[in-house]
Amino acid sequence: MIRRATRFLDERAGAAPFLRKALRYVFPDHWSFLLGEIALYSFVVLVLTGIYLTLFFEPSLKDTVYHGSYEPLQGQKMSEAYRSVVDISFKVNAGLLIRQTHHWAADVFVVAIVLHLLRVFFTGAFRKPRDYSVVMSVPIVGASLAVLVWGAGYPGIPSFEGRMYIAHVFLLPIAIAVLLSLHLLLVVARHHTQFPGPKRTERRVVGLPMVPGYVPRTLGLALAVAAVLVLLGGLVQINPIWQWGPYSVANGTNGAQPDWYLGWLIGALRLMPGFDVTIGDYTLVPNPFWGGVLFPMLVFAFLFAWPTIERRRTDDRDVHNLLDHPSDMSWRTAVGASVFSFVAVVFLAGSMDRIAVSVGVPYTWQIWIFRAGLLVVPPLVFVVTRRICSELSERKWSEVEPSMARE
Amino acid sequence: MRPTVLIVVLVALLVPQLGGADSGADLYLQSCVTCHGRGGSGVPPGGKHFGPPLQGVGAQAADFYLTTGYMPVQRADQEPVRKSSPFSDAELRSLVQFIGSFGGPPVPHPRPERGSVSEGLELFTANCAGCHQVAAEGGLVVGGTAPTLADSTPIQIAEAVRIGPYLMPRFTRKQLDDRQVDSIIRYVQLAQHPDDRGGWGIGHLGPIPEGLVAWLIAGAALVGVAAVIGGRAP
Ligand code: HEC
Ligand code: HEC
Repeated sequence: MIRRATRFLDERAGAAPFLRKALRYVFPDHWSFLLGEIALYSFVVLVLTGIYLTLFFEPSLKDTVYHGSYEPLQGQKMSEAYRSVVDISFKVNAGLLIRQTHHWAADVFVVAIVLHLLRVFFTGAFRKPRDYSVVMSVPIVGASLAVLVWGAGYPGIPSFEGRMYIAHVFLLPIAIAVLLSLHLLLVVARHHTQFPGPKRTERRVVGLPMVPGYVPRTLGLALAVAAVLVLLGGLVQINPIWQWGPYSVANGTNGAQPDWYLGWLIGALRLMPGFDVTIGDYTLVPNPFWGGVLFPMLVFAFLFAWPTIERRRTDDRDVHNLLDHPSDMSWRTAVGASVFSFVAVVFLAGSMDRIAVSVGVPYTWQIWIFRAGLLVVPPLVFVVTRRICSELSERKWSEVEPSMARE
Repeated sequence: MRPTVLIVVLVALLVPQLGGADSGADLYLQSCVTCHGRGGSGVPPGGKHFGPPLQGVGAQAADFYLTTGYMPVQRADQEPVRKSSPFSDAELRSLVQFIGSFGGPPVPHPRPERGSVSEGLELFTANCAGCHQVAAEGGLVVGGTAPTLADSTPIQIAEAVRIGPYLMPRFTRKQLDDRQVDSIIRYVQLAQHPDDRGGWGIGHLGPIPEGLVAWLIAGAALVGVAAVIGGRAP
């Protein structure tokens, strides 16, 4: 079968050399390498469900009056956009399922990206010759956040306006798709990385071949991702806008929050001490700048600069196709863990108001607890991670070769 | 002979208590006077025990504060919270009657069936959601907590709107007439049993529980799948 298909392609398109290479491409096998694929397939689900939604969504802020089936909105004034989303939820066939799956896909896409990022960071997959793949991924993350932010119709914030809508459904998704393809091409061109192991060297890859090993497995993963997202879409309610009611500038609801991946910015805004830079009466830098703009820029700058920082420190300019075990690189692992713990504390602080209501710790105490946490947790994480890493790696080496542990 | 003595003793013990339970004035002296003063005259802040005067608050406020369990509070300087009342129904009635006798508005009789749930949603978003959250789940406000309205009864809602307990503003009949309050009650009843067509409502709080689901359910499940189908040897 496959042979006949390849012959067909070869005779019509002269594809044999390319196909031979593709079919022989070897995929190193480790579960953590699948995190990026989870992100990829979430993106595919996001796009497919999104296409269905565009058929019914009305990107207009024009006023209209609701006369649909949902009693509590009967006769209310709302935008065309809001009405069309209510109709998608209640009238369109499978509309609510697709809409919720779309939203869950967005949320899970970012979860998978974060996990993939952590994997790449802690295994040193960003080193030469893959440093440019890392540079590539920054616009991917940027474009994704932009598309998500403009898409999210969370309560208290108007969702779409014509031009943003075009960006959300058309320009940015295409940009992301192109960037993702380039990212994958770069990965393939430099080949996948692998963990060191028997027979695995810088120049020799051990793993699953494209067929029959890799393709069925990745299809299985794609189906698993789709299954989880559709199950969530069908069983767990997300952004029930018919309950939030139509947006109006005057009426905010208590506890309005953006989607989870912006929680760290909310946290930063809340923890930042209140000062701005003023010249006389003129506010040069208003306070929200520190938490909302400078903080995320610093985090991205850290990720962006890390390959260079590390190269400077270790003076290692070699090509690396073998990954590091996080425990063998205790300095990198400790710095990374401590920076990520900093971001995680800020992120948690984004839900302080809810913590105050459900747990009962007063908000003002929490501000100080979280601020103290920012000073205490990262150094602690650094020290502890470093200790654990060196012990693990010492134990590993002493198992391999008892004499080496002494050195 | 023995049984008669026992009965006499029992009656002697019970009668004063039964009598006390019937009298709102006695209950008031037992549980409220330290903070609200004799005859509901109030105790000014300064000491450990203080409270506003109850003259003129009426059966309306007494019923609200007692049926929600807000009163009696343990500490006068803290926001009262909802709890089950230490009083029996009969005791509540007599206490309410007693405080009502100081003068003031009676217990209201809302009729939510007259209201419109759609108008209620609009009025609730405009007047209440800023504190109580649009699905009436409650939230943090400056200086305290706006509680969830999950357990509020129609009468308590009608009372709260007119009293304005603690940090909550008081709404006059000019701002919200009784019909509008009926609509608000209709809406709160809907919010207590919302139309969760999308499935599990995860608290009707929006992105915070949604993020938890994305990480702890979807993220965990997919990492699990990866771990099962992917290689594990390093
Ligand atoms: C520890 C002191 C304390 C005790 C005991 C106490 N109260 Fe109060 N009460 C307060 C304070 C303080 C307030 C004001 C709180 C608020 O505004 O929500 C208050 C408010 C009230 C109000 C509302 C007044 C208004 O202006 O609307 C009523 C009614 C009331 N109490 C009734 C009672 C009754 C009945 C009891 C006895 C069962 C009682 N309280 C026991 C401290 C107390
Ligand atoms: C400024 C914020 C604020 C606004 C606006 C507000 N409330 Fe409240 N509400 C509160 C607070 C705070 C309490 C708790 C009072 C206490 O602890 O004594 C409360 C208590 C209540 C309760 C009693 C809840 C219970 O424990 O059973 C009801 C019912 C209620 N409010 C209804 C409403 C309605 C209806 C509206 C709109 C018309 C509204 N509130 C507007 C802050 C607010």
